[in-house]
Amino acid sequence: MSKRRTERLLSIVVLLLSTRRHLTAEEIRAAVHGYPEQSDAFKRMFERDKEELRDLGIPLETGLTNPLDDELGYRISRQDYELPEIHLEADEAAVLGIAARVWESAALAGAAAGALQKLRAAGVEDDNSGRPGIEPRLTTQEPAFGPLWEAVRDRRPVTFAYRASGRAEAAKRVLEPWGVVNRRGHWYVAGHDRDRQATRVFRLSRIEGPVKMSGPPGSVTVPDGTDVRELVKGWNQSPETERKTATLRVRAGAGTMLRKYADGEIEPDGAGWDKVRVSYPDAGWYMEYLASFGPDVVVTDPPDLRQAVVKHLKGVLG
Amino acid sequence: MTSPRTTPRMVTSAERLRRLLALVPYVVSRRSVGLAEAAAAFGMTERELVDDLNLVWCVELKAPDPYCPIDLSYEGGEISVSQAESIARPLRLAADEASALLVALRMVQDVTDRDDEALVSLIAKLEAAAGAAGAASAQVAVDIIPNGPMLAADIRRALTGGHRLHLRYYVPGRDEATERDVDPMRLLVVEGRTYLEGWCRLAEGVRLFRLDRILSLSVLDTPASVPEQAAGRDVDQGLFLPSASDLLVEFELSAAARWVAEYYPCESVTELGDGRLRITLRTPDTQWIRRLALRLGEVARVISPPELAAEVRDEAAAALAQYE
Repeated sequence: MSKRRTERLLSIVVLLLSTRRHLTAEEIRAAVHGYPEQSDAFKRMFERDKEELRDLGIPLETGLTNPLDDELGYRISRQDYELPEIHLEADEAAVLGIAARVWESAALAGAAAGALQKLRAAGVEDDNSGRPGIEPRLTTQEPAFGPLWEAVRDRRPVTFAYRASGRAEAAKRVLEPWGVVNRRGHWYVAGHDRDRQATRVFRLSRIEGPVKMSGPPGSVTVPDGTDVRELVKGWNQSPETERKTATLRVRAGAGTMLRKYADGEIEPDGAGWDKVRVSYPDAGWYMEYLASFGPDVVVTDPPDLRQAVVKHLKGVLG
Repeated sequence: MTSPRTTPRMVTSAERLRRLLALVPYVVSRRSVGLAEAAAAFGMTERELVDDLNLVWCVELKAPDPYCPIDLSYEGGEISVSQAESIARPLRLAADEASALLVALRMVQDVTDRDDEALVSLIAKLEAAAGAAGAASAQVAVDIIPNGPMLAADIRRALTGGHRLHLRYYVPGRDEATERDVDPMRLLVVEGRTYLEGWCRLAEGVRLFRLDRILSLSVLDTPASVPEQAAGRDVDQGLFLPSASDLLVEFELSAAARWVAEYYPCESVTELGDGRLRITLRTPDTQWIRRLALRLGEVARVISPPELAAEVRDEAAAALAQYE
């Protein structure tokens, strides 16, 4: 947009930060270059300018211009505007450099860069020399991340279409989002599902189509003591299963991880084979894991696990 | 360090205003700054910077009496602001800005050390400076796959001291434990996993090692020597770049196996109805594909190449023969 518009907005900021009393729209028009003579045009332009300033996070305050009058005016309180003093030690500045790059190719890249710019403007000298070689990265390939983060930040309910794991069709959900969590590289949102009247967790990659705001800012209350990280963790974990012990025949040289977590001694079991005992969770995924070794691992005991692997392998043959 | 954003050639008036409101205090807090240094810090050219400085200097308020609130000069390539009035301090952090940094710092804490003093104090300082704007950051969490607590610390020690590492490393595709010496380059955390990037003396190339697959590690007294031609991967391009010479594998997945399409980088994903998918992926190594197919059982089928599909069936038959 135009240089004149930037100049006008900057003038308004300087003017409203310098004034003690609230200035009326007319007073602002008189002091700032660039507003039109015509009253309706001025009003429209002024409304847009106010919106733009608020979008930038400038705390534009509205109040009565004087106690005897009921005319509204504007000012910016310095205390609300200014970033408080902040001084960083060299080692703190070094980690700031690492943190600022975490979002480098993700949704909040611009926000991180904006924050760094303000901190530099406060006199902070960031540098990246202090700590060699640590580079954590977050990515946000899921298009739902942006709107869901905004909804969480502004405490607004949302609606979206969601295809639950293993389901063929997506279904509409209405959610009061409490937080977004990146667990093991995938983004999730946790909150209160209004239709199901229960706490639910959704994986962002399974959201289809747009996420729409369905209520005003501030209309979601996050219950006290909510720990979104724990909610997502609990949703991911299969329910605690009893652990059992299995006896396996493992081909020599194979099954490194089975051997690493073996129970007790590993004994030879005929030429080229070892007997390995493992403690295992009684769940489908473990049986599938054993099947993935193909002819290198044979379940000797218990019989139900043995039968399950046989049935699974027959499924491969179809 | 320069700003990570690319040079903003076409900025909106709001973005430019944001930059101007940072530029003035940036100079004020440093008394004077060279044009080149300031341009680099804001990720723009010197010419763009001079345009910005002229714009700020031109601001004039015309009532009650005309005056110019900001006075500055950039004579001799040194910028100084002699009068900055009300905008001598930067604007507060917005909720997005505060959250981006706080979430990132807490992640760094998880990767390295919860009790690291510099991290703890920096987070406290930022929380104090951000005030209410930092609150929403508590609504974002990052959970990375845990590694042996000493592993990351040992690698950092080797990085700081410039030491070579010896690894016992598990290669699951081949179900094999390997021994190798590695000269460490970086500790990366990408998509929830921690990796050591280093010059592998066994492979004579740059390799990534997943920390959860390191069976054991020792820091050697030998100094690390990373060859000059060793280039770190551009992690933002994705960790695993398939090559055109890799084999193209086609799978059909039933609804119960849809997770495969989310878990592995696919070249194409096609809906077949009833929640079924056809996916293709490229890989230099078919061993892990065979293991994946055995793990999936009846909920997935390798479609092509047909030789690979036959190998999977042969392995399943060989495994079944052990049970007879």
